[in-house]
Amino acid sequence: MKLYIHSSSAISPQPGFTDEGFPAQIRKPESNRFDVVEPEYREWIDPKLIRRMSRIIRMGVAAAKKSLQTAKLEMPDAIITGTAYGCLEDTGVFIQRMVEQGEEMLSPTAFIQSTHNTVAAQIALLLKCHNYNNTFVHRAFSFESALLDAALLLEENPRQKILVGAADEITSYSYDILSRFDIYKKNEEVGDKLIGSGTTGTIAGEGSAFFVISGEKNDQSISCIDDFASLYKPVDAGETEKFIIDFLKSSDTDIKNVDLILSGHNGDNKGDAIYDALQEKLFGGIPMRTFKNYCGEYPTAISFALWYASLLISENAKGSPKKILIWNHYKGTHHSLILLSAC
Amino acid sequence: MNSAPVFIASTGTISSIGKDTETSLQSLENGVAGMDTMHWLESSHKGKLPVAEVKFSNAELASICGLNEHIPRTALLSAIAAKEAVDKSGIDLKSGLRIGFISANTVGGMDKTENFFKPFLADHSKGHLRNVVHHECGSVTEIVADLLGVKDFISTISTACSSSANAIFFGARLIKQNRLDVVIAGGADALTRFTLNGFNTLMILDDKFCRPFDENRKGLNLGEGAGYVVMVSEKIANTLKTKPTISLSGYANANDAYHQTASSPDGAGSYFAMKFALEMSRLKPADISYINLHGTGTQNNDIAEGTAVKRLFDPVFPPMSSTKSFTGHTLGASGGIEAVFSVLALQNDLIFPNLRFETAITGLPFKPVTELLKGKGLKHVMSNSFGFGGNCSSLVFSKS
Amino acid sequence: MEKLMSDLKKQIIEQLNLQDVKPEDIGDDQPLFVEGLGLDSIDALELIVLLQQHYKIKISNAEDGPKVFRSVRTMAEYITTHQPSNA
Repeated sequence: MKLYIHSSSAISPQPGFTDEGFPAQIRKPESNRFDVVEPEYREWIDPKLIRRMSRIIRMGVAAAKKSLQTAKLEMPDAIITGTAYGCLEDTGVFIQRMVEQGEEMLSPTAFIQSTHNTVAAQIALLLKCHNYNNTFVHRAFSFESALLDAALLLEENPRQKILVGAADEITSYSYDILSRFDIYKKNEEVGDKLIGSGTTGTIAGEGSAFFVISGEKNDQSISCIDDFASLYKPVDAGETEKFIIDFLKSSDTDIKNVDLILSGHNGDNKGDAIYDALQEKLFGGIPMRTFKNYCGEYPTAISFALWYASLLISENAKGSPKKILIWNHYKGTHHSLILLSAC
Repeated sequence: MNSAPVFIASTGTISSIGKDTETSLQSLENGVAGMDTMHWLESSHKGKLPVAEVKFSNAELASICGLNEHIPRTALLSAIAAKEAVDKSGIDLKSGLRIGFISANTVGGMDKTENFFKPFLADHSKGHLRNVVHHECGSVTEIVADLLGVKDFISTISTACSSSANAIFFGARLIKQNRLDVVIAGGADALTRFTLNGFNTLMILDDKFCRPFDENRKGLNLGEGAGYVVMVSEKIANTLKTKPTISLSGYANANDAYHQTASSPDGAGSYFAMKFALEMSRLKPADISYINLHGTGTQNNDIAEGTAVKRLFDPVFPPMSSTKSFTGHTLGASGGIEAVFSVLALQNDLIFPNLRFETAITGLPFKPVTELLKGKGLKHVMSNSFGFGGNCSSLVFSKS
Repeated sequence: MEKLMSDLKKQIIEQLNLQDVKPEDIGDDQPLFVEGLGLDSIDALELIVLLQQHYKIKISNAEDGPKVFRSVRTMAEYITTHQPSNA
């Protein structure tokens, strides 16, 4: 079934959460750590509640609230989030104190805010929303799982309007730890040269993106998800190729009708070769754009891609794409496709 | 709503009261609780706070499931229980069926991460990276999915103490909508210093063995373990050697929307979860033969849950008990373990006792079952899982 | 006592990360919970840690919280009567 996106919002390394910004204005990464541009959270969240919220919670709640506001929706029928790492800042604070204070004199706030469902819970709390509430934490399938959960609910009742989104944050601890796995670029100019750099490594990214979706179209609908699918640990390029061909077949899509491929190239030459190897074969002649040069690499980055693709489609200008295929993979082990159309 | 039934083909569990479903059942029948002084967990609270640990070292657990002993304990527990469930289902996972593995946990590989942090905090270039490589909750699921050879669909849910109840019913919905044929669903959590100290800051840990639903309850004991059910569509159920007789007939998820950790005084979230699960199973409150309560033993949970039970079931209260009086609170695993116990109750026509109960809670017109009850003709069992973030879920299992 | 209450106000604001609240905004006898500063059960637990860290006073029963933390003055009084003499 088709899922109509009624509104979307994202807090990302790109400017323009509250006013005009991306993609007219583009911020380029200056190092291998690409932090979000943070809005004035007080405009979105009661200061009384902000005091306990770490960055990921603020990011998630503010993006969720903006999505609801744009969709003019007061009470979603479900709140579903995805996060791979969860609330890393609170987790780090609590572990640090636990280690340094020898398990003594610990305070509860960081612990209670560290659970992975905090973003979804805080949204429910702010809205006093008793409806369905769920959180998926499956690495680079976290957002896709949340979207699937929403799709199942809409299959049962297409009229529902569901808030679905994802959030992940970089912290100084996570950045230092992940850096030791050699996944980030070193001492190189990353600004314009990230994609096609020819070297290994990428840049750390973060962000939150939320959407109000429904099984029914209304005059606010900005785009429509025709289908989406994931593939776990393909054994070779052939399996990935088959996955993409089967996906297009099952969603009744002639690849010639796709106007744009939005790919998850992240600047790591090994990972990017996976896209490049199949691009010519499957998508020859179709324009391709990348999105991780705008948001960095993180396991729920595909939520940014969906926001970006939806933005491109909803521009509705001459020459703006009508059908976009998002193809993302994370470390070659988690592949996802989302097919998005104008509606 | 699609009313196609989803059948429970088999169960698997490991906890402080047993290494598998069979030994757990024996402990439940014999009233043997799993709490003890802390043995495996290295914590400064050792000797002061009782916990319900699985009675094996990591090395022993690793040898049971054939995994490396240096991976997170949660993955070892998950692997053992999920393998038991798969082995007993009689289903060949390589026979071309669409298989899903949906697991829940709350802190992933935290037991290793907290070891990593000591050297790391002193010097960020120190600490063995192998101790953080499985930090993510999803990584724990993938270790087990890879062991089982499940690839069609894998996912991880984390909604605090209701995590594995949500995993089970997410799996059921995937079967109902014909996206999968077989789903192994449940959850796992090992004890960690992180959670022990976290709960300790909330001052809700009992320094004696917990007393759920007792007027004089002082808090919960933390436990660890894993619990999974193998669910199948009716079509697959009909192909099995022994046709399953127990189905997941109802489920619901609601949010209390009251406070990040505390339950509302009227237990709104718990009430909605139970009510909607009943409605889905097309049952009346009086049809429920047994409630496996969330019943953590904290002041707050038990009065909120009790108030919600009162509102929904008054004036006829089914027998009920909290099996956390045996296993402690196993957090992300509890919904899975208690789903297994609910299935055991139906299969064996048993109602398990609520251990150490003495005095009913003031204001609640019912008290839990204190002795093993046999032969009551159980038909429908409700299992409650409520948690932080207001996440409340109820499951209803029915015998056909 | 005045010095202690003034210290406490600063410590409360810091421990609870209160936004837009200055020490002088908190009255000596103003209720801290619900109708006053709007604090909740988690804040009570944070204040227990505050007493332990700054004044070496341990409250082992969370239920004693509401009595002790009624206002800045009741906190100060509790500290004066319970503080170990060597602190």
